[in-house]
Amino acid sequence: MLFFLLKRLGMLALTMLVVSIVVFLLLELTPGNVAAKVLGQYATAEQQRLWLEANGYFDPAFERYLRWLAKLLTGDLGESLCYKVPVGDILWPRLLNTVVLGAAVLAIMVPLSLTLGVIAGMREGRPSDRAISIISIVTTSVPEFASAAFLSALFVFALGWLPGTSAMSGGFDWRELVLPVAVLVLYDFGYVARMTRASMADVMTQPYIRTALLKGLTFRVVVLRHALRNALIAPFTVILLQVNWLLSGVIVVESFFAYKGFGALLLEASLFGDIFLIEACAMVAVVVAVVTQTLADIAYAYLSPRIRFAGGPV
Amino acid sequence: MTRVRRILAALRHRPVAAIGFALVLFWFAAALLAPVLAPFDPVTPLTPFAKPGAQHGGALLLLGTDTLGRDILSRLLFGARSVLVYAIGATVLAYAVGVTAGLAAGYYRGRTDTVLSFAANVVLSFPVLVLYILILTTIGASGLNILLAVTVASAPGIMRVVRGLTLELRARDFVAAAKLRGDGAAYIMLVEILPNLRGPLVVDACLRFGYVIITIGVLGFLGLGLPPPAPDWGSMIKEARQVALAFPHMTLAPAVAISSLVLGFNLLADGLRDPNGRG
Repeated sequence: MLFFLLKRLGMLALTMLVVSIVVFLLLELTPGNVAAKVLGQYATAEQQRLWLEANGYFDPAFERYLRWLAKLLTGDLGESLCYKVPVGDILWPRLLNTVVLGAAVLAIMVPLSLTLGVIAGMREGRPSDRAISIISIVTTSVPEFASAAFLSALFVFALGWLPGTSAMSGGFDWRELVLPVAVLVLYDFGYVARMTRASMADVMTQPYIRTALLKGLTFRVVVLRHALRNALIAPFTVILLQVNWLLSGVIVVESFFAYKGFGALLLEASLFGDIFLIEACAMVAVVVAVVTQTLADIAYAYLSPRIRFAGGPV
Repeated sequence: MTRVRRILAALRHRPVAAIGFALVLFWFAAALLAPVLAPFDPVTPLTPFAKPGAQHGGALLLLGTDTLGRDILSRLLFGARSVLVYAIGATVLAYAVGVTAGLAAGYYRGRTDTVLSFAANVVLSFPVLVLYILILTTIGASGLNILLAVTVASAPGIMRVVRGLTLELRARDFVAAAKLRGDGAAYIMLVEILPNLRGPLVVDACLRFGYVIITIGVLGFLGLGLPPPAPDWGSMIKEARQVALAFPHMTLAPAVAISSLVLGFNLLADGLRDPNGRG
């Protein structure tokens, strides 16, 4: 177990290193003048040259990369070119907003998709199963920006129940959170529900379920006591991996509803070419992806005793 | 011919898959016939902010116009063209790269596999959209770059599937026989192993295709799609978002278009995968 964690930690560090170099190189190739972006269009060529020199832009690329890396290791993320403040000052509050959004989505999506998946899978092929399957195909077919348009037209334009943007300019308001959460839940719940259904349907065909039923236990008890426990192992790991998907969806939803979160920040930083902010966002994305993947593997091994860490491929 | 008839017969017993097939057929027809069907030029401004059903010079604006006064119906029809062309191109390219890498990794194993698998893991450990944004904001958004970005992001997933299947197939007797016969590695991979991957890859491709369409739409919505005057469903929603509360028809039309196209492919994939699905 310890070996497994160390191996994963090494993998995380290596991935972060590779990704940061790739991002740095990509930005290095970008045509465009950093000084003109930072100083504005009225700066003279001389002012631009002085700024570039003062900020070390005439040094070779690998030297600037190593300087950034050294600062990163001491916990210094550098300064944002676009916002002109330390990257941390802007990154952490935005990340917190996204965590709030993501937590709300998971809190609704997980119980909903597990319930629907179990109902569909416990009686395979029945109308309830078919209906849930088709609903989940339909909802996963509607991209987030399209369902955001549908829900806005209905709840903001036609009914006037909810605000159309979620900038939270007047402080935290749960009403502004409703539409972004609804859009993400709609797009994501179908996949987890389908995985749960497949897992549940598989468990229901096992001999021990038939034995329990033949023993005279009611269908309800068999489902709740015997089937559920085993059927939820696979969906659990899927949910953890879903966090990675959520990060992609969050970019679209935050940009549609002008929610001030991590996704919108990443998009702004990329469009501006704000190198240190992009690097920081990319590192956060990699950490989230690798940590959830590791948690999913650990949880899977813990829940399913047949899988052991030693020797086996992880 | 018999194959087509068999597919049509199968669809009759699966209403859900038949609906998917009809949706896909509808959009392919719309894309092919766009120049004939479209009442106006997709990039020419007519009357800005016209509601659906308004008139322009005696002609009906069935779906209204957008903020610049361009006919939304014509933009939808031509938009179907670009989304289908780029989705097909990107999927084919991603499969070409992914299948080649997967065959090589699974067949040669050893160092080839280690390097390719690590590269694939790095790409996969990244939220896909973050990857697209980074690639497209640096190399610039254009049709060709969309193809490249989608290929880079999807090829590793395809590679993993192909690698797993190849690892299993290379141990089979027919591969051993081919080796004894003295066939080259390329011949064995392409002629002996590849045809056996057809089944799993067809289902994978159907699902992936729907997802590629969503991706192209998302890129357009984020401003990283085809450059502005081009009729692109994602960009149409992006451009109209600011005024959507007053003129919802501008965002609803492209939203319905992309959703119905993706739904078509997903329903079709569901029907193909489930051999005894009753629909």
